[in-house]
Amino acid sequence: MSHLSEQLASGRFVVTAEVAPPKGIDLQEALSCAEGFDGITAVNVTDNQGANMRMSPLALAALLVRRGIEPVLQLTCRDRNRMALQSDLLGAAALGVENILLLSGDHARFGDHPAARPVFDLDSVQLLQVVRGLEEGHDMAGRPLRGAPHFFAGAAVSPEAEPFELMFQKCSKKAAVGARFFQTQAVFDPHRLERFMEAARPLGVPVLAGILLLKSARMARFLNEKIPGVRVPAHLVERLEASSHPLEEGVAIARDMTACARTLCAGVHLMTLGMEERIPEILQG
Amino acid sequence: MIISSRKKNEELLQALEGKGKVFLVGCGACATACRSGGEEEVFAMQEWLQSTGRDVTGWVVIDEACHIMRAGRDLRQHRAQVEEADALLVLACGAGVQSMSSSTDQRVIGALDSLFLGNIRRFGQYEEKCSLCGDCILNETAGICPVTNCAKGLLNGPCGGLEEGRCEVDREIDCAWHLIFERLKRQKRPGVFARTVPAKNWGKVRKPGRHKIKS
Ligand code: SF4
Ligand code: SF4
Repeated sequence: MSHLSEQLASGRFVVTAEVAPPKGIDLQEALSCAEGFDGITAVNVTDNQGANMRMSPLALAALLVRRGIEPVLQLTCRDRNRMALQSDLLGAAALGVENILLLSGDHARFGDHPAARPVFDLDSVQLLQVVRGLEEGHDMAGRPLRGAPHFFAGAAVSPEAEPFELMFQKCSKKAAVGARFFQTQAVFDPHRLERFMEAARPLGVPVLAGILLLKSARMARFLNEKIPGVRVPAHLVERLEASSHPLEEGVAIARDMTACARTLCAGVHLMTLGMEERIPEILQG
Repeated sequence: MIISSRKKNEELLQALEGKGKVFLVGCGACATACRSGGEEEVFAMQEWLQSTGRDVTGWVVIDEACHIMRAGRDLRQHRAQVEEADALLVLACGAGVQSMSSSTDQRVIGALDSLFLGNIRRFGQYEEKCSLCGDCILNETAGICPVTNCAKGLLNGPCGGLEEGRCEVDREIDCAWHLIFERLKRQKRPGVFARTVPAKNWGKVRKPGRHKIKS
């Protein structure tokens, strides 16, 4: 059993963070980032995030396992067809990776290989079903596996997406096909998070609220423009703009959202993008 | 119909390198309708070729360039002009180009890029609504195709990039899943939302496609 699944089951407030594999094979920065985390249950390893090509997250996740750090392997449907997804999943299990986060993936058009052919052979709901099948000992074609893997599989949700009802039906589907935890897209609006949690609670799936550290008004605007599903409300952009120490302001915003998540959610997933040393302050919330 | 557009001069010049005599082929169907390979475009191409110092040995606009037999027959009617040419320049979709290349061993050069199977909104404005997936889900999705209209071809609802009903890939266009959701709501039926749609059977898209309709 992974620590993540145990801690979520025990009802303890869980904190996860994330690290991106390097573009290249120099692992120093990624590893020291992952090793530097303190008080964190598991570390997400992102998968060609933002459709920018980097080292395979499976490789980095396996290296983290060797170092005694528990990874959450992110796996998107953008770059792999159903065969590649299944073989990566089996490989991950064999390398000791148990936590996985299954995503559709940002469209290739956003990244550094916009001419790539996006795959999307499966969607995230279907991929969750595939994982369940593998755990039951068969592949998508119904063929038996020699040695079935065991996973703790989660899925992404976007509590602030509109229309809410439409977003939520997908979320229910994910729960129905066996998502064991939800990790939200970065959230900034406590009321929307609350509305989501009210709807999601009956699904019985623990939710980790995505908390993103804003470093400046410029970054907030960039996120609004370029990153799908992330909406920094105007009043927060203004707050960052007005401050003479925008990073401090960003830490305060993240701290407030964390405090909010403590009352509503099972944990937080922190996205600190190179500012990992600010995590203890954020967790004071 | 098949939407196509003319390749850039630069690319055509590269393909026509060393070809001083050219026979032109247009298509009377789709390429005429979207004004990429009708009579007018064939004439314009002729003028342009002449301006680059080339001779046009002759031309023909085939009723439907994708009709293999008809294309072959029309070419035979222009045998002398075709044989005199160093190359055939074909203003038709990729299927039309290949009707030609399967009818002659002459060098065949495509002048267009084939884009998609398109509906016409008005002239010059085309919308791709079906990508011929071989396994149609329209009856469950209120007549809106997610395979084509969702940028990711998702089958079980929207991705996390949905924002105020718009698509993450282009905020100017509606998220297909939002359109499906709204129309199903108006029709008061759950449609595709009632079940988890299994992974698509891409095995139905046989490549190369060969199809005989049994009577
Ligand atoms: S599901 Fe879409 S792509 Fe497939 S046949 Fe139907 S309309 Fe065409
Ligand atoms: S926003 Fe909607 S249409 Fe665009 S990729 Fe996501 S689900 Fe598909």
